[in-house]
Amino acid sequence: MTHAHPHGSEHAETVDAVIEVSRLCVEFDGEHVLEDVDLTIGHGEFVALLGPNGSGKTTLIRAMLGLQPYAHGRVTLFGTPLGRFRSWQRIAVVPQRLPGASTIPVSVWEAVLSGQISPRHRWRPFGRDQKGAAQRALQAVGLWERRHERLDALSGGQQRRALIARALATGADLLVMDEPTAGVDARHVAALTLLLSDLHRRGTTIVVVTHELTGIAHLITRAVVLGAPRDEPSVVFDGPPPVPGWYLHDHVHHHDGDEQPPSVVGLEP
Amino acid sequence: MSLLDFDFMRRALIAASLVGLIAPLIGVFLVQRRLALLGDGMGHVALTGVGLAFLLGTAPVPTAMVAAVIGAFLIEFIRYRSRTAGDVALALLFYGGIAGGVLFASLAPGKASSSLNAYLFGSLSTVAEGDIWALVLLALGVVAVIAVLGRELFAVSLDPDFAAVQGIKVRAMSTLMAILAAVVVVVGMRVVGLLLVSAIMIVPVAGAQQVTRSFRATAALAMVLGLVASLAGLVASFYVEVPPGPTIVLVALLSFAVLAVIAVPIRRRRRDTA
Repeated sequence: MTHAHPHGSEHAETVDAVIEVSRLCVEFDGEHVLEDVDLTIGHGEFVALLGPNGSGKTTLIRAMLGLQPYAHGRVTLFGTPLGRFRSWQRIAVVPQRLPGASTIPVSVWEAVLSGQISPRHRWRPFGRDQKGAAQRALQAVGLWERRHERLDALSGGQQRRALIARALATGADLLVMDEPTAGVDARHVAALTLLLSDLHRRGTTIVVVTHELTGIAHLITRAVVLGAPRDEPSVVFDGPPPVPGWYLHDHVHHHDGDEQPPSVVGLEP
Repeated sequence: MSLLDFDFMRRALIAASLVGLIAPLIGVFLVQRRLALLGDGMGHVALTGVGLAFLLGTAPVPTAMVAAVIGAFLIEFIRYRSRTAGDVALALLFYGGIAGGVLFASLAPGKASSSLNAYLFGSLSTVAEGDIWALVLLALGVVAVIAVLGRELFAVSLDPDFAAVQGIKVRAMSTLMAILAAVVVVVGMRVVGLLLVSAIMIVPVAGAQQVTRSFRATAALAMVLGLVASLAGLVASFYVEVPPGPTIVLVALLSFAVLAVIAVPIRRRRRDTA
């Protein structure tokens, strides 16, 4: 990692900020889901986005990626305001799951290759590079042998690994993953951890939404914790691990940044 | 005397082959997006175009095309604006389409309302000389669009959020999908009829997916099934002297039933070897 980035929003406007979010508010039917979020993620960081259910972790990453309209605030990707951002090939996402069970069979190979479909390649068939990248990604997650099977015939954990392969094959330098390890068995979590560690070492910026840091805890360079739905601002902790344990539980009292947390525990909620 | 000796029959066979091939090609994307009934709605809206053509004395194909494309934009607009009541809003549009078609046709001079039947259930003899070239061009257009934009349409139908993050214009692709369905409806309306044309988009796909394991294979097999059903149904309708729409759809349903039975041992074997 060439850029040792301190964390926190005070480092806005750095040249190689990958994501900048300022004063972001998201509402659903008038209810505030995210309030006043300031977050700058620099090049090469490995950020865990934590928080209780309903704290808006997934909503925050959706807003960052332009998938979720927001009431107010500002999002910048790689130095370009979201509305004018076009370098989408730099970003890859691992969703929790595909939307609904697909009724048409889609092979594992097709799903992984779909990660490289883009308007930029509209006039060219998939080349050797793209197929090679898909093959390496499938081998990396241990699904190469099963590439001809229907995606929906795989177990939940295997489908998750296929979605990770789809993102890996894009070669993006920002990887946003929503619960990548949920449902994945211990052996493959270990393999995934090695994979992420390797990507991180080579400069990929990684943002992981998770509630279980099992396996990947030691890779995290920074943890961002969202509070309960009514917390203002929504970010209640932002710093290097370990996360003070009480931030991760529903808490009723508010606190300022200088307050010394009563206990410091590991990253596990 | 062979059925190929009749000019009208040769034209009907060409039209049926075209719709048999392109309808499942579009249908596979519609089923993937859970929009299996979109083609049905498009047929209803196109009927208003046909009724209007009767009333104004214009050619039905272009008028129906315009009505169906306007319908495509309306459907996408409604779907986008009202996530929750979308299906009710669509239903209103569909009923409006049928009512408008029958109303306009009834107001038209002559016996237009009786020839409306030919557009509802298809007919062997209505594919005019001038229609063939229009149908061939429309079908080639559909194939060309899929050849260039098919992968992006696939990405959108698989995972719209991921597609958006790849820079694909999801809404534009959805609208394009609806327009392609509108074109298929118009290509198929002469032979299969507006009430049944969407069946040839969906039924071959439903049959193919019983035995396939990839999107590409599903599309290919569905196109073969669509072509076979269209031609077999058309020939049957010639000899039995019934409208071709119902025979084509029944042959397609029969192929679905056969594949559903064949699929059972195939799946079992795959499970055992997996």
